[in-house]
Amino acid sequence: MKRLMSGNAAVGEAAILSGCTCYFGYPITPQNELTEYMAKRMPESGGIFIQAESEIAAINMVLGASVAGARAMTSSSSPGISLKQEGISYLAADELPAVIVNMVRGGPGMGNISPAQSDYMQATRGGGHGDYKTIVLAPSSVQELADIVPVAFDLADMYRNPVIILGDGMLGQMMEPVEFEHIKKTKDYPKDYILTGAENRPSRMVRSLLFDTKEEEEHNWKLFRKFQRIENNEIRYETYLVEDAELVVIAYGIAARIAKGAIKRLRQESIKAGLLRPITLWPFPYKQIRELAKTINDFFVFEMSTGQMVEDVKLSLEGRGHISFYGRPGGVIPTPIEIARIISRHYYKSQKVRKS
Amino acid sequence: MKKIYTRPNALKDTHFHYCPGCGHGIINRIIAEVIDELGLRGKAICVAPAGCGMLIYNYLDIDTLESAHGRGAAVATGIKRVLPENLIFSYQGDGDLAAIGTAEGFHAANRGELITVIFVNNGVYGMTGGQMAPTTLKEQITTTTPSGRNPVNAGYPVKVCEVFSVLDGTSYLERVAVSSPANIKKTKKAIIKAFQHQLNRTGFSLVEILSPCPTNWKMSPLEAFKWIDEVMTKQFPLGVIKEVK
Amino acid sequence: MLIKTIFSGFGGQGVLSMGYTLANTAMHEGKYVTYLPSYGVEVRGGTANCTVVISDEEIASPVASEPEFVVAMNQLSFVRFQSILQSGGLLLVNSSLVNTSSARGDIEIISVPTSELAEKLGQIKVANMVMLGAFIKATSIVSFDFLIDHLAEILGEGKSKLIQLNKDALETGYNFIKE
Repeated sequence: MKRLMSGNAAVGEAAILSGCTCYFGYPITPQNELTEYMAKRMPESGGIFIQAESEIAAINMVLGASVAGARAMTSSSSPGISLKQEGISYLAADELPAVIVNMVRGGPGMGNISPAQSDYMQATRGGGHGDYKTIVLAPSSVQELADIVPVAFDLADMYRNPVIILGDGMLGQMMEPVEFEHIKKTKDYPKDYILTGAENRPSRMVRSLLFDTKEEEEHNWKLFRKFQRIENNEIRYETYLVEDAELVVIAYGIAARIAKGAIKRLRQESIKAGLLRPITLWPFPYKQIRELAKTINDFFVFEMSTGQMVEDVKLSLEGRGHISFYGRPGGVIPTPIEIARIISRHYYKSQKVRKS
Repeated sequence: MKKIYTRPNALKDTHFHYCPGCGHGIINRIIAEVIDELGLRGKAICVAPAGCGMLIYNYLDIDTLESAHGRGAAVATGIKRVLPENLIFSYQGDGDLAAIGTAEGFHAANRGELITVIFVNNGVYGMTGGQMAPTTLKEQITTTTPSGRNPVNAGYPVKVCEVFSVLDGTSYLERVAVSSPANIKKTKKAIIKAFQHQLNRTGFSLVEILSPCPTNWKMSPLEAFKWIDEVMTKQFPLGVIKEVK
Repeated sequence: MLIKTIFSGFGGQGVLSMGYTLANTAMHEGKYVTYLPSYGVEVRGGTANCTVVISDEEIASPVASEPEFVVAMNQLSFVRFQSILQSGGLLLVNSSLVNTSSARGDIEIISVPTSELAEKLGQIKVANMVMLGAFIKATSIVSFDFLIDHLAEILGEGKSKLIQLNKDALETGYNFIKE
């Protein structure tokens, strides 16, 4: 049965169904509904909920729960995610699974509480100190948000790495019908690294301090090889009307929904626009975008930022094709008609260029 | 012949690499003895800090996690909530617990988390080279208080046990020292007591241990022991600060 | 079919619950819906609005460029949202609080004195449900009978004691609009 639910609440329910037994949070708008949902539902389902004293404490509680073998999650919004970066770096170094939800808001600094996409670089480049990556999943509807939660926990366990679910204030606050029947924990992952007390086995040590530079270098290459495996196996994206497209819009998350609305309008005007929506922002679908450039010359990147993912699109195309960018940072929510007008203007301009 | 002294099972068969006269080696051994005597080797999990104390994981033969600087109490909280039957203790220095990790320690104590903090107070940041710690005494010279700690600029030495004692979540707080054989015995008793408070689910427990750092104090080991007894204990009086029966 | 509606007014007027009730009704009828609240630091007294999109097919954007319908419960919302209403669009106004004269000649305006109608029911708080009843009659966007039949389910937990009052309010608004 479908339930009309906010994105924040849907993440909470999906997490519990995915076997998450520990949630540690700290209040910040626009993700409070998730913390509040967990405060109510975690005890009902036999799980652990703590409102931590800070985002830093919350991510460290996640680390503790993870090293003890539990599926653990925390959530926040941009300024709070900055505080969590220390812990995320340690999780990556210790090779511990965890799921971190970021309902992005306008920034930098305190910014505001409106939806934005300005944490793309922070999320996809590791975010904290050191040579590491986090898997970044960017859903674009409340149902997809719920569906991606078990995927996030599985990827975290499979690769023993932190996974970020990158939403935004709008995705967290808006309500859409959601179904949960199919969401469940599908697999138990072997956890021979966790700390449970050295009863009848040699003691274990989980640490990231490697004074020996050779050892640290080897650890870095080991992580690097893991990240390569992830790049080879875990790219997810969606395309929409690209088969006959003359122009492809590249957008993710809620911006992709707005772009889709714009493309529907453009198609009515017989402008052949399509959409590529990366679902994993890291690993990024570099190859898939490069592939499109064989037949398409015109790429239009739309982000609710001053332009962050556009750098990855440039890396994808390696100089092929023509890229234009349209950004609305600071928490502004553009309408489909606005995006449609911008794209249409751009389309006719580039048609003229092509003819001359 | 009767064996009267041996390496505890919870201690690895290796040499300590701490500086001559350092208190960490003594404290590590005491913890290992207590774990043996209480039969907790299969249940104990140690959260090691950043700083000299982190080397504890090279010596204790139990499950150990190294936490980020100051976050020991939060990490220990996460572990304990998942494994309520285990014995979880964090091993933290003065910079770790009383400066960067104040919030984590304070709130774990306030929640009455069933964990034990072994708080090693040597009044300096040891591993980074002897800078001022929150517990550095007034007028004490360190590399960042070259003319002595002046409270006008640098504040006062923090009394962790006394601060924590007003929190309803704490059940056992004692300050001890490893400055003499008698004090070492008392330290061991205090750790046993603190672990029992955790196992009996009474509340948060913490043992503050005044510990020598001859290298950074620029003293001989003997002078350092004497300095603890004669100077340090004036600011940090020894004894049980709080015990909930 | 793809219909976008903006509900707007003061915080505390039940604007968000109007939108939620409509969205939940449409979902129970098997339609695609999105409900996008504006959110802010204000809880009461500030402005509040939400966008509800109802469609027979998957909804691309939850953000409405040019809504078909606007419900304005206060003056500020009336001024702000009439300008983005589609040409030929419908504007339902809480005439108890709003001066409904408009410079736009290409939209239809329906005045509903919600406060007076709600006061007759003895509870000013249900002015929003009076308006929703009128809105459904004027737009036929969802089935009114379906809403009334499934009211307890649609309003959800916590409102079980107020079912009859909400029903009366919805019917008052619905009957206020003549065919």
